[in-house]
Parts: sequence; C-alpha cells; structure tokens
Amino acid sequence: MTDTFTPWTRVEMAKLIARDIPDGAIVNIGIGMPELVADHLPTDKEILLQSENGILGMGPKPGANEVDMDLINAGKQPVTLLPGGAFFDHIMSFSLMRGGHLDIAVLGAFQVAENGDLANWATNDPNAIPAVGGAMDLAVGASNVFVMMELLTKKGESKLVQSCTYPLTGVGCVNRIYTDHAVFDVDSDGFVVRELAPGLSLDELTRRTGLTLRAA
Amino acid sequence: MIDKIFPDTQAAVADLPDGATLLVGGFGGAGMPNELIDAVIARAPRDLTIVSNNAGNGTKGLAALLQAGLVRKVVCSFPRQVDSFVFDELYRSGKVELELVPQGNLVERIRAGGSGIGAFFTPTGYGTPIADGKETRVIDGRGYVLEYPIKADFALIKAYKGDRWGNLVFRKTARNFGPVMATAAKVTVAQVEEVVPLGSLDPETIVTPGAFVNRVVAVGLGAQ
Repeated sequence: MTDTFTPWTRVEMAKLIARDIPDGAIVNIGIGMPELVADHLPTDKEILLQSENGILGMGPKPGANEVDMDLINAGKQPVTLLPGGAFFDHIMSFSLMRGGHLDIAVLGAFQVAENGDLANWATNDPNAIPAVGGAMDLAVGASNVFVMMELLTKKGESKLVQSCTYPLTGVGCVNRIYTDHAVFDVDSDGFVVRELAPGLSLDELTRRTGLTLRAA
Repeated sequence: MIDKIFPDTQAAVADLPDGATLLVGGFGGAGMPNELIDAVIARAPRDLTIVSNNAGNGTKGLAALLQAGLVRKVVCSFPRQVDSFVFDELYRSGKVELELVPQGNLVERIRAGGSGIGAFFTPTGYGTPIADGKETRVIDGRGYVLEYPIKADFALIKAYKGDRWGNLVFRKTARNFGPVMATAAKVTVAQVEEVVPLGSLDPETIVTPGAFVNRVVAVGLGAQ
C-alpha cells in the first residue's frame, strides 16, 4: 500500500524547527534552506542568533534605507543588530562556536548517517571547487546539531543513509533531522522518528529510506 | 616619538617583496582592505601566498589581486561564492593553488602564529578529508587534529579609526579577521577611515593595541 501524503513545505519545516528552539537559546543558522528558520522565530521567545563573522543578537534584514555593508551575515547579506546585540572578532566568534557556548546549529546537508555523521560541504564531483567555511566548526562545536533538508534527492534517493558516501563534515555530530517527510532524532542505535508528515506511515517512510527506523 | 602614520597606501606597501605571504582581512567585502590591495597591485610583487577567508568577490580587492596574476597560492576557508569567478577560472586552469582550511582552524592557526603557540589540537575536521595525513589524538574520548601556526610577512587589514601609535577600533562586522591577523605578521598595515589624535580613542574600547600594528594609512574621506 502506498499512502498519499502531503510533505511539509520548507516554510512548515522552518516553523517546526522554530517551535523546538527553547527560549533563551543561542543559535547559529546555516546558509541556504536554514535561513528560513530565522524568518519564523516565535516572538514570544528570546532566541539569540549568532553569526560566525562576529554577531550575537543578529536581527532581521534591514529596510532599503538601512543597508550597511559593514553589517552582514555569514551569507554576506545585510542584516541588523537587535538592541543588546554585540559585535566581536573571529577569535571570539569561533570560541563561542567551538567552546560549548552555542546551543543549536541548524545546518543543511547532503547526507546524514545513522551514526550521526554529517556530509554537507562537498560532493564527489571532481570539478567542484571545495569550500567549507565554518561548517566543520559548527558540526563539532554546537551542543545540538539540527539538520534541515528534503528527505530525498531529485533522483529519489534517501539522504538519510547507513553510512555517508560524500566527504564528512563531522563525525557522529547530528542530533536531529527535519525533513519534508518526518522529524528524526539520532541516538546510539540509529534513527528514531519523532513526527511524521500528515498521512505518512512509518512503514511507507521505512520503504522510502530503506533504513531501519524506530518510532519514538 | 612614535609615528606609524604613512602618507599613502603605496608607501605603506613599498617594501612588500616577491614571494611574500600576506594575511588579508575581511569576510566577503566587509573589512576587505581594497585600497591597500590596489597599492600592492600597483607594486606588482610576484608569487604571493594569500591567507584570507574568501578568495575574492566580484572584480575588486582580492579578486583584482588574483586577476593581476600576482598570486601563487590561496589559503582560505570558502573560495566558492556566487561572485568568485576570477578565482574559479584561475583555479580550474591550474594557475593558482588552493589550501582549504576550515574557518575556525584558519582563525586559530593565525592566532597561534601571532601568540607564540607551536601547534594545537583542534576537534574541527577530525574524521574528515581535512585531517588526511595529519597527526591525530584522542583526548578525553574526543578526536582532535594537530594543526600548525600561520605567520605572514605582511598583514593588510581595514579598521575604522587609528592613531599614530597604531591603536585601532573597528566598525560592526568589518572587524572579523582584522584583530587576529594584526598579531601574526612581521609588518601589519592598517588602512583606516580616519586617523585620530593620540588619546582620543577610548582606551576601554581599543580593540587592537598599537603593539600589533606597524603602519596606519588613512583612505577615502579620511585621507589627506
């Protein structure tokens, strides 16, 4: 039996992540799809966004007349600073990220393995120019690494895998994965399904990933 | 009397030699010392090694230095960007070498270079291709990679204000790599928007004390 189900949209995925970030958390939002999370943070919680280039308390995009190219985010886009926010240099920024002071990093990914290995910086394309930025620091440094990605590639292959075939970003570092199909935790025995998109069964999800999945 | 103020950018890099290693500040365009780089291009030293977070954006700054054919090697964390076409072409045609360093390791290697540390164990990159061929160690159950310092002949950085002792303050996220890079070069050159009289910078807010800065040059509106 194949169920008909409605996958979560990217905005819905972003809202699920925003819902799960606790009040007072210090969070780094990765470049790409995770940027949607910043647009959907609940206003009833104080969540401090950190940016690797030296911001704690990063605010939303500026209005057209407020753009200051000395105030940008990790994606080099103009941002603002919240009241109470601070600027600092790269030493302090990576001390924050690597030294156990960052509660959550929300990252995109190419693959996540059932032991928590993360691959999100390079494919095996020999013509690609490698670039890693701060991804490896976030992978090892954040207390919790959340991944936000679609479950399947365009070819329909699961990005959740038994072991990564792409070069690793970090070893055993991922705690949770938000996909358009389901939300997963990673524990010492592999993937645990926390939530399913409406209409999706655990059996169907198991069929699509080809993995052994456990219900929470 | 200490006076580190240089009259113009050309004078500030006039002794930059062929084969030099340069730390170049900036994250994207913020903090990029474009005017100092233009002065390096005019002097045209050969076979430079550039250490910077990115490998140039658009056609200004580092991109212009690369385009001028003066760079042999780039050490950076994130060369590939939407507007890094100058680097992309040189890299694909084999005209420039790339050493890819995760950003936190890049910062820490420069910090080690500037603060007398011989090497350090970092968790960043453990178990990844970045660690290939490097010494590793498990400390308290966690894997680490041994990384070595980066030191340079010149550091070119952009600050907001400076005085004749070389004290610097920065502006917003243009601070980024400037303070750490200032510590790790034989000659640190800071371009500033404004040179201010000694004593006018609030000592509680000076980010880089003058000991780390050799030359200060005003550019743009602040230049004479």
